[in-house]
Amino acid sequence: MKLTLVTGLTGLLLLATIVELLRRRQLREKYGMLWLAVLIIVIPLSLFPRLLDNVAELLGVASGVSLVLFLGIVFLLLVCVHLSWEVSALEEETRTLAEDFALLRAQIDADRAARDELVSSDG
Amino acid sequence: MVNGKRTLIIIPALNESGSIADVVGEVRGELPGVDVLVVDDGSTDRTAAVAAAAGARVAKLPYNLGVGGAMRLGYRYARDHDYDVAIQIDADGQHDPRYVPKLVDLLEDSDLVIGARFAGEGDYNVRGPRRWAMVMLSAVLSRVARTKLTDTTSGFRAANRRVIEMFAGWYPAEYLGDTVETLVHTARRGFRIRQVPVAMRKRMAGTPSHSPAKAMIYLGRAFAVLTLALIRR
Repeated sequence: MKLTLVTGLTGLLLLATIVELLRRRQLREKYGMLWLAVLIIVIPLSLFPRLLDNVAELLGVASGVSLVLFLGIVFLLLVCVHLSWEVSALEEETRTLAEDFALLRAQIDADRAARDELVSSDG
Repeated sequence: MVNGKRTLIIIPALNESGSIADVVGEVRGELPGVDVLVVDDGSTDRTAAVAAAAGARVAKLPYNLGVGGAMRLGYRYARDHDYDVAIQIDADGQHDPRYVPKLVDLLEDSDLVIGARFAGEGDYNVRGPRRWAMVMLSAVLSRVARTKLTDTTSGFRAANRRVIEMFAGWYPAEYLGDTVETLVHTARRGFRIRQVPVAMRKRMAGTPSHSPAKAMIYLGRAFAVLTLALIRR
């Protein structure tokens, strides 16, 4: 009973955190929805840990709790890979921006030098 | 102008305020009529100011991107300003600009020309894992490019318009990607690669590393980069 209370409360706390982050626009919807979907699956399991026992037996896993642990780790690994992928895309974007910025700055310097030359040759 | 071609010398530089003025000065002295672009790759010293004072055009990146990042910027500049030839030269003074006309000559019937050590001219010796890495890279890349390449990691290269166009849109920023992967990519797209023997000089500033552990890591990374480049499209 005590364990159910701990796991259930943890699940609800995580749910509240995600909703609050979404409400304050701190989390993009695409990530927020993912975590909400995860919590909708996890909270019932935290209240009734035996729910997956039948599925576990079907897959040859000793208990439903072990199955949840296994699936949880696989899921977290996938999330990490996805984040690395997102960071790679972001780095490519910032690289292009840095190049654009450097090209613009070089252009401005060249324009200014040309103008200064014009002014000094006039005067 | 070199041999009637609008030529841009691209010098990627990271904290090279000690040698950049001499390198820019020498290039401008030996090759009158070429434009020099120093790409300051996020230096924390006065590289950009020193290069500009020496008469180079300067493009200053807001933070460090690595040689590949600096070079794509250089090729974009060459494309946007309509240059016929873009030549990469190191900022540490080990490349002799007097070889530039030779590189440009070879662009008549090839698309990318590499100034190579170990090809008969000058003396340059490497031993241990670093040597094995170079042998492996030369063997594989010579096959891929269907021409003899002895110094695949050379930072002394000349590119014609078609290659400038390609490099302006695609140039890897990863370690060794700027040399090894670009060669695989270029050869696979049917461009002709050639090498010219050049003598390398002592660096004007800075020292190369000689630690055996670093050499081993270099070998591993070279192998990884080469394998990845070969299985990529």
